[in-house]
Amino acid sequence: MSAFNAIGDDREIDRDEYTPSVEPQPTWCPGCGDFSVLKALKQALPEVGRNPEEVLCVTGIGCSGKLNSYLDSYGFHTIHGRSLPVARAAKLANPGLEVIAAGGDGDGYGIGGNHFIHSARENHDMTYIVFNNEVFGLTKGQTSPTSPKGHKSKTQPSGSAKDPLRPLSMSLTAGSSYVARTAAVNPNQAKEILVEAMEHDGFAHVDFLTQCPTWNKDARQYVPYVDVQESDDYDFDITDRREAAEMMYETESALYEGEVLTGRYYVDEDRPSYQEEKRALGELPDEPVAERYFDDDAEWERSYDLLERHT
Amino acid sequence: MTTDELIWRIAGGSGDGIDSTSQNFAKALMRSGLDVFTHRHYPSRIRGGHTYVEIRAAGHDVQSRGDGYNFLLALGDSFARNPQDEAYYGNEELKPLSENLDDLNEGGIIVYDEGLLDEDDVAELDLEARAEENGWHVYPVDLRDLAKEHGREVMRNTAGVGVTAGLIGMDLAHIEDLMEDAMSGDVLEANLQILQEAYEMVDEFDTSHDLTVPEGSHETEQALLSGSNAIAYGAIDAGCRFISGYPMTPWTDVFTILSQNFPDMGGVAEQVEDEIAAAALAVGASHAGAKAMSGSSGGGFALMSEPLGLAEMTETPIVLLEAMRAGPSTGMPTKPEQGDLEHVLYTSQGDSSRVVFAPGNVEEAYEQTRIAFEIAYDYQIPAIIVYDQKLSGENTNVDVEFFDREPAPDLGSTLTEDELKEAAHDASGKFERFGYDDNERGVSQRSIPGQQGGRYLATGNEHSPVGHISEDPDNRVFQMERRLEKLEHIRDDLDEGETNQTYVGPDDADYGLITWGSSQGAVFEAVSRLNDEGHSVKAIGVSDMMPLAEDELVEFIESVDEAMVVEMNATAQFRGLIQKELGRYGEKLTSLLKYNGNPFEPAEIVESYEIRLDGGAAEPSAQVRIEPAAGD
Repeated sequence: MSAFNAIGDDREIDRDEYTPSVEPQPTWCPGCGDFSVLKALKQALPEVGRNPEEVLCVTGIGCSGKLNSYLDSYGFHTIHGRSLPVARAAKLANPGLEVIAAGGDGDGYGIGGNHFIHSARENHDMTYIVFNNEVFGLTKGQTSPTSPKGHKSKTQPSGSAKDPLRPLSMSLTAGSSYVARTAAVNPNQAKEILVEAMEHDGFAHVDFLTQCPTWNKDARQYVPYVDVQESDDYDFDITDRREAAEMMYETESALYEGEVLTGRYYVDEDRPSYQEEKRALGELPDEPVAERYFDDDAEWERSYDLLERHT
Repeated sequence: MTTDELIWRIAGGSGDGIDSTSQNFAKALMRSGLDVFTHRHYPSRIRGGHTYVEIRAAGHDVQSRGDGYNFLLALGDSFARNPQDEAYYGNEELKPLSENLDDLNEGGIIVYDEGLLDEDDVAELDLEARAEENGWHVYPVDLRDLAKEHGREVMRNTAGVGVTAGLIGMDLAHIEDLMEDAMSGDVLEANLQILQEAYEMVDEFDTSHDLTVPEGSHETEQALLSGSNAIAYGAIDAGCRFISGYPMTPWTDVFTILSQNFPDMGGVAEQVEDEIAAAALAVGASHAGAKAMSGSSGGGFALMSEPLGLAEMTETPIVLLEAMRAGPSTGMPTKPEQGDLEHVLYTSQGDSSRVVFAPGNVEEAYEQTRIAFEIAYDYQIPAIIVYDQKLSGENTNVDVEFFDREPAPDLGSTLTEDELKEAAHDASGKFERFGYDDNERGVSQRSIPGQQGGRYLATGNEHSPVGHISEDPDNRVFQMERRLEKLEHIRDDLDEGETNQTYVGPDDADYGLITWGSSQGAVFEAVSRLNDEGHSVKAIGVSDMMPLAEDELVEFIESVDEAMVVEMNATAQFRGLIQKELGRYGEKLTSLLKYNGNPFEPAEIVESYEIRLDGGAAEPSAQVRIEPAAGD
């Protein structure tokens, strides 16, 4: 018998279950793109059949970090840039959990960039949502890793001399097996992409364009947007790494020229997740590590039985 | 120098197999009934560079390295670079002989490989004159030739061991048994033959020494273990089944042991991108219900400051290891020091709530790792084991029965789903993880993701009972005081249980030595010698660093006229901690400090005590420093 009966509990889920019935209400600015991520997630979770107590939403710091304050599931609001290592370990300790990590572009592509690269490389079975608003919002508008070249802010008074980071290309190169970009203004596509990302067995990276109406007025609402799958102007195979790479490059460049391209960019269904790889090597037990502590009949190995090599 | 002890030093280059050879030789001595203690000296290099292992063996208890040593097996460094050149590193090939002469005691034995070492180079050492002056007995043997005759050059070690055994009259049976366990086929045959011939070769020597292998016996079966083994085994027996880390000397030893054992134990080991991730993974795994550990050495531990603070604020139980080495910065990566005490106690922003233990020997390392897990999971607090390169790598014999213990995998103050049904929830149905009620001893109740009825938000921000971010002043004061209150209860628990502090010497002694961590072995030997010489000295080895063993320290300090705090660092960190926590004794505590990269020898402590009693008339050796009490 499992000690975690929320996991695999097969029942109808209402999206309202994910809304706290009492405070706190979101403290995001009116018109903030973050509302759309929350809404899309609340729609997507019931669709993948997950109830609030089998979901662990792990966030970093910033406006995006407050996602799990307003999503009524298990949550871990960690520290700046560190949502991924916390989330990865939770998934390893209890693979039955639906683990979602989230953070902003500074959080995921800047201070936590190393964790992003390695989580993608290892292909952990989880979803990573990056709220990309091309700016540091909560600290009042400083230039971020995805801010356009020339971006002026109090910390870059003459305009940034740096080219922005290319999150989709970096994700692909690092090893993500699902890469998509969506935008706050496109709620249906956002929900569908989040459903796909959660159902994907491997590291699913969603770059979510979330307008910051307060500090990044230039980006407006990320409209008009184009869905690269629906547009006749673009034709590429999302299972082909080379074609995906080209389309990503074009998409990243286009954003800074005012054209908002979104959609699915890369999917590799064949690559085993890290959990599968590790299990195949005998390094991840079939019984979740977390279950065993609640099993009164479990037999625990003892160091006493290892001493022969020392005598 | 007592002659009832063998202190054998095998010296060569990194990569010459010094470690495995010495490990087997130490085991053979242990099996013959002796107590053993090893000390390892090595450079931060893969191949080449002078390295040695010292094995002290006696028929009585040995707790530390000895004073100097009495048998040198100098293999020479077969990986030496440009051995003929006058390079920055000097004549590396010769160093296993030349660098070890200063510490060799009077009447000691030298065996060196005249096959590898150049005759002219050896002549330049003036070995003959020095041997005469010091009463050394020098036996040049062509170990290389003997090894090559029956096997390969790397078997020089075996030849050296055979010569050693022959010279001190040690039976070969245990050595042969160990070789048979470790090797097979032609390799085994060649080694056995080399061993035997080397042993017999000694009969032809014109010997002049009187050192023989000591005699001893054990009443129970013994195991040869390092502090790293003990920490890893303590973790296994405490139910730890998750470890995350990044390689760094000397912490890597524990990481390696658990990574190799966990797959057979239903556990998970993760080598990750950096130490920030390593500690964050431990936090994530513990949050999801595993008993988790991570660790590093000084520089890597610095990166763990943030996740450590997160564990404190979210009350996530974890155990972290800090295997100190000489700092600051990269310092001396393979040399021991106790310079990270303050780092471990205070790193990370805000008021810290953590537990820190500093075990003093192999048994304590096992015991206190178990206690660290018990406290961490009972009190939902990070617990840290601070140790050092010395304890990590030194091997000593322990009763096998010491480890015959029940595992303790209990998750402490964690609720089951049934218990969660009875627990307090808010109007949304969120569990009051950090509740105002139900917190005995400052400990609130804990749920695990996936449990029905347990959802809550863990956050590094200050938070309300269900975990919502809150800056309400009353809530802030409540939560802060609750977190800190735990330390008082932990102190009470520790005081009620068997003490983690170790004492030696007569209760009514006039003078006290205070030490912590791995320096205790040398201090305790010094106390024993000083009392034998008619001095009135006792010592305490402190392990409970936070919460500090205050009552025991007060009692100890009050009972003596003066106390000297002995530690391996330059700024008297432990003395500072005692004075800060106890708020007094500035004029009663003096310091003995060593920070040259080598651990204390008992004689240095004996000498420093005598200088201190004479009112500082003489100067101590250049390798240690006496720092007087305030006002002196």
